[in-house]
Amino acid sequence: MNIVVCIKQVPKSDNIQLDEQTGKIKRDGVEAVLNHCDEYAIEEAVRLKEKLPAKVIAVTMGPPSAQSILREAISRGADEGFLLSDKAFGGADVLATAYTLSQGIKTICSANIIICGKESSDGETSQVAPALAHFLNVACVPFVNKIDSIDSSAIKLERVFENGYAVIESTLPVLISVTKDINIPRIASLKGKMNAKKAEIKTLDISAINADENRTGLTGSPTRVANMFSAGNAHPVSCEKLTGDAKSMAKSLVEKLSAAGII
Amino acid sequence: MDKKLYKGVLIFAEQKNSNIEKISYELLNIGRQLADKLSADLSAVVLGKNIKNKSQELISRGCDKVYVYDNAVLENFQQDIYTNILSELVEKQKPEIFLIGATYTGCSFAPQLAAKLNTGLTAHVSSLEVDETTKNLKQIRPAFGKTLMVNIITPQHRPQISTVKSNIFKPAVIVENRKGEIIECTANYENILNRAKFVKFVKSEIIETDISDAEIVVAGGRGVGTAKGFELLKEFAALIGAKVGASRPPVDCGLIPHSYQIGQTGKSISPKIYIACAISGQIHHTIGIGNPDIIVAINKDPDCPMMQRATYALQVDMYEIIPAIMMEINKKNVLG
Repeated sequence: MNIVVCIKQVPKSDNIQLDEQTGKIKRDGVEAVLNHCDEYAIEEAVRLKEKLPAKVIAVTMGPPSAQSILREAISRGADEGFLLSDKAFGGADVLATAYTLSQGIKTICSANIIICGKESSDGETSQVAPALAHFLNVACVPFVNKIDSIDSSAIKLERVFENGYAVIESTLPVLISVTKDINIPRIASLKGKMNAKKAEIKTLDISAINADENRTGLTGSPTRVANMFSAGNAHPVSCEKLTGDAKSMAKSLVEKLSAAGII
Repeated sequence: MDKKLYKGVLIFAEQKNSNIEKISYELLNIGRQLADKLSADLSAVVLGKNIKNKSQELISRGCDKVYVYDNAVLENFQQDIYTNILSELVEKQKPEIFLIGATYTGCSFAPQLAAKLNTGLTAHVSSLEVDETTKNLKQIRPAFGKTLMVNIITPQHRPQISTVKSNIFKPAVIVENRKGEIIECTANYENILNRAKFVKFVKSEIIETDISDAEIVVAGGRGVGTAKGFELLKEFAALIGAKVGASRPPVDCGLIPHSYQIGQTGKSISPKIYIACAISGQIHHTIGIGNPDIIVAINKDPDCPMMQRATYALQVDMYEIIPAIMMEINKKNVLG
């Protein structure tokens, strides 16, 4: 069985800056790391591999530097890493990203299970996974927080809704996105780190994945950043700084809240 | 693609247990505004079981046309069925704009639908405007980083699809005797593709921390640091009749469950009073806090965005000030 994990390199959180000219994330000089949610996707794939004969293949689309997160995936138990990298992939939105990933995955293997993290910390849209399911023409179960059982042709899982969860039975192949409640990711083992060090990361460009250049990158993206503006204070308020020691601050706050009828 | 063929605004009316969800009425409100600007119709589509009798309320709340699919197989959300029925409807009706709630259901099928229709999707939108000439929808959402909002358009593709955050727009109000058309639709339910089948629903055992309607919210951020800190916040909240929430970092660290999270990927709230403890106030968080009458910020960093935005800014350690505030309140309560 082939389990594909889609992962993403993101700027280290809290340090994300936009280039106001292009509307794109500034990546130069910013430390890039494995997207947090993807750690759970890798862990779940590795857990499945422990249950049934399977190979775990990590795939990412990104610049050459994104090799590092594929190595990290291998250190955490993935068997192989593939980097989809080409200038023609740059500036992709959800649609173009999902298309490109689907072409890559189709080139690499016949996938039985595709696992994505719930969302990326830089885009926060949770939207690539279901779009990818469309291009791969596979069943799709987003927001999975538990896999109940699996065999070679079917999977039973639990997926989150606002007020509870639904039990879903799906045929394979299936694409799932996983929440952070699904597992507790292990840290990389020494053996894993050794594997990662010597692993060969294969890089695939646009022709290797047989992708249509009109459908990748910015060219293949129907959405455009029209402009950006400062969120600022939509409703400016008079900011009053309460001063003094904790006791006097507390006293004056309680007076104010009391005057406003709150306590 | 001939953009001229696409007209009007369509919203996805979400239902649970054969009741229309509040988000659907919120979409009708913004959908009506956009349709009026375009001098076009506002339509809704609803999929469910025994749902037909709920169509009139959609009309009373501003809809011109309701497409109803009423069948037992539609009772619960199923990915393939919902995606396929909706894509067929959209291909036939060709709306200019399609608005979907950014709920778990909406976020599940909207990307697959947009990919199937080969069009753009903008996720978690918090503000919408339409340009009367180009008919381009300005889909505004917070961008990465601290204080930037980004305006996303879909200039060459139709329909323009957005998922819209809950609790951003007020629900459309009922206008008695408002007239509209109810169109009963059907699909080939026996042979419909359904790879990921719904088996059963299990209601959350933990009583949902429903902070979305709370009038007072006490929330903790990264600086809370420990689960014990949230116990302190809960104690404080109980004292003043507030609910507890959190920004994303403590949720990521596992200090408090995701159901408490406020912001872009959590809940939207609209409290009158918001007390932000050790929350720096990144846009991803503040997008979800609405416009409270009073914001109290407690933070050691006087320069963080939350302290700038607050009505009352207290530059102090929350572990020092909250017990002091609780003591003051208790003192006041005793004195009566």
